[in-house]
Amino acid sequence: MISLSVNGKTITVKDSPDTPLLWVLRDTLGMTGTKFGCGVALCGACTVHLDGEPVRSCTTPVSAAAGKKVVTIEAMAANPVGRAVQAAWIKHDVPQCGYCQSGQIMGASALLSTNKKPSDADIDAAMSGIVCRCGTYNQIRAAIKDAAHAMAKGG
Amino acid sequence: MSAIYNASRRDFLKTSALAGGGLVIGFTLPGAARLAQAAAMFKPNAYLRIASDGHVTVICGLSEMGQGVHTAIPMLIAEELDADWSKISVKQAPADPAFNNPIFGMQATGGSTSVRGHWEPMRKAGAAARAMLVAAAADKWKADQADCRTERGMVVHKSGKKLSYGQLADAAARQAVPKEIKLKSAKEFRILGTPAKRLDTPVKVNGAANFGLDVHLPGMLTALMARPPVPGGKLVSVDDSKAKAISGVKQVVQIPGGVAVLAEGFWAAKQGRDALEIKWDDGANAALSSEGVSKMLAEGAAKGGALARNEGDAAAPASKRLEAVYEAPYLAHACMEPMNATVWVKPDEIEVWAGTQSQGPSQGILGKVGGVAPGKVKVNTMYLGGGFGRRFAPDFTVDATLLSKISGKPVKLVYTREDDMKAYFYRPASVTRFVGGLDAGGNALSFSASVASPSIMEASGFMKLPANGVDDMAVEGIRDCPYDFPNLRVEYARVEPGVQVWFWRSVGHSQNLFFIESFVDEMAATAGKDPYEFRRALLVKQPRYKGVLELAAQKAGWGQPLPAGVHRGIAVAQSFGSYVAEVAEVSVGKDGKVKVHRVVGAVDCGMTVNPEIVRRQVESAIVYGLSAALYGKITFKDGRVEQSNFHDYPVLRIDEMPDVEVHIVASGEPPGGMGEPGLPPIAPAVTNAIFAATGKRVRKLPIDPEELKQA
Repeated sequence: MISLSVNGKTITVKDSPDTPLLWVLRDTLGMTGTKFGCGVALCGACTVHLDGEPVRSCTTPVSAAAGKKVVTIEAMAANPVGRAVQAAWIKHDVPQCGYCQSGQIMGASALLSTNKKPSDADIDAAMSGIVCRCGTYNQIRAAIKDAAHAMAKGG
Repeated sequence: MSAIYNASRRDFLKTSALAGGGLVIGFTLPGAARLAQAAAMFKPNAYLRIASDGHVTVICGLSEMGQGVHTAIPMLIAEELDADWSKISVKQAPADPAFNNPIFGMQATGGSTSVRGHWEPMRKAGAAARAMLVAAAADKWKADQADCRTERGMVVHKSGKKLSYGQLADAAARQAVPKEIKLKSAKEFRILGTPAKRLDTPVKVNGAANFGLDVHLPGMLTALMARPPVPGGKLVSVDDSKAKAISGVKQVVQIPGGVAVLAEGFWAAKQGRDALEIKWDDGANAALSSEGVSKMLAEGAAKGGALARNEGDAAAPASKRLEAVYEAPYLAHACMEPMNATVWVKPDEIEVWAGTQSQGPSQGILGKVGGVAPGKVKVNTMYLGGGFGRRFAPDFTVDATLLSKISGKPVKLVYTREDDMKAYFYRPASVTRFVGGLDAGGNALSFSASVASPSIMEASGFMKLPANGVDDMAVEGIRDCPYDFPNLRVEYARVEPGVQVWFWRSVGHSQNLFFIESFVDEMAATAGKDPYEFRRALLVKQPRYKGVLELAAQKAGWGQPLPAGVHRGIAVAQSFGSYVAEVAEVSVGKDGKVKVHRVVGAVDCGMTVNPEIVRRQVESAIVYGLSAALYGKITFKDGRVEQSNFHDYPVLRIDEMPDVEVHIVASGEPPGGMGEPGLPPIAPAVTNAIFAATGKRVRKLPIDPEELKQA
């Protein structure tokens, strides 16, 4: 039995400790917003926040999340940074197929939580681990800058 | 996939009042085949619903895989309906012959056909509904229909009286379907041609969009499979004792595709699958290697084959003669969402939940597997986490159906990334040998191409190699060479190394335009001419090619200075009815590493449904094509695929993303496709820029930095 906080709720799961957090979220808890893309932390589709840090949930054993705070895409609307990022994503109509976008939004909101005005290099560093096969990268970059701008204005 | 269909015939319209009120327009789309079936196609299911609150729901039979079809189809209907765009939503249709793609004659999404095939029938559906709403309003007002007009979801009488579509929906449902349907002229368009926002964005930013992998059914088991590591390999024996000992593993099943572990959830299934101890017989392909494939293809191209096009005498004497051999590798699609399907084989019905591009054919194929009639296969099309042609294939739905049939349970079959990468259905490897001739003044005199490649038509399972022996998809982009060469010859040699090949974004154009647009660049260089001007002079009789070529060159500032070390390359292509030229600005480091700084594209796709989606599709295709040009290759050693995940099958990331601008040619031509045509020009635009930068001609993809290293 492992206890962790998921989107503000304390949850106890019976999964074996080595089960990746991704599959606990998706299969045990039925929270399918976090996506499976590669299974080995190469594509970033499974990105969630663990105590505020972006992590790849496909290679994070659930035991490593014990007693910690996990935040997923499903809770982004309840978070001021997440809301700003989602609003910018909508404004720029970023998604195409949309499969990677949970990961992109989790990566972007983690970046903007610690860096209020990211440079292009900051965006590259934070986001280059998250693959988009539809090629929405320029829209992602524009939306991150827009979200930063909106937050700076207090929007 | 490029058949031309006269969409004006065989339209049938029918209405029925919904029990819950509102207007339903059902229509069978052209290409839905035989007239005799028409009566059976009128279903209570509707293609367009107007609720009494005025909300319009468009039921879309096409799969949304990022290309924007769930926005484009509603725009077609909304335009002629004169709907209020803010009150439109879209819903995925079931698999039903009524939703057949007019170009394919089956319900499927691919070949950049959606807008081309539905441009007229969807607008007619909107226009018919509008006419019935007007008739209903005129009846209520006892007015002349000619005195009524429509705007943004309202019928307006010349006196100023108004009724909303919602208020009129019930009465409109009792109106006769108009016999003559008048469509708007392009200058009356109010929605078409505008950058309307995508209807699927809101659910794609909050995790709510449901993809195939997100399906969960009560009692469902998750399956992972071990498949033969060599194409055509067979199972010898399996020891599943360790797999069965894993907590959550319920069953181990052998099917023709391999050995499946069925478990409660992905993680148990994966541990179980990985614990299987299997002996395989590698069979006839045990020695398959990429070197061997290259050799077979090169020999095929050298020998030549079936005549695909022949004008003049390509062997005519020339002052200067040049010859080159080009090669492209097998490619995986590497969709972000690995292949998966959930199937429940019930006693007299099969229900499928999958991100599929081929709902229609799936009904027949899975019905056969599960022993029910095609009409008893219910397909729930989920959002597709990328398609690119891969999700047209039936491998994942067939195996999931077998596993559900055997286990008696709903089964979600999941491919890991590694499974997905190694599951074949690759873009074919291909070799083309060119010979070109120039006269003393450097003018192009002759051009011949010998294409060697596997046949996708034969591999598809639903097409055959034509009687002339020329696979249309193997030669597309070369056979239809637009350049005004007085002597031209194209041949096709079918070479089958034994790997299952498949449609990959832009299909044959994906490698053939790299080949031909590079070789034409070589001809320009040999002639001592500017590659843009050389092409332009040969495209005098091809205004749409020439138009995009000129626009791209102009917007990119062709001939104007660039920062030190940055060089331009250009390429032009037509595919799926749309014309695209791209100029790439590229630098090559001392280490041979290629950086693409900027790409300027120009597109002529005829009339534009949504210019923003058009631009995004060109940009998307550029990224997909760049990934392939810079990194993409599936190789074989000892019969085995050498790549497995994104570390050895790299794809473009945000830090490598060039600036992209896309310019659209204003056009009154019928719409062309848009999901694929942006791809073919990017590889040659980049490699032609590499030639400009280094004097080195890239004749084999992916680009090899080792070859470009400066001593």
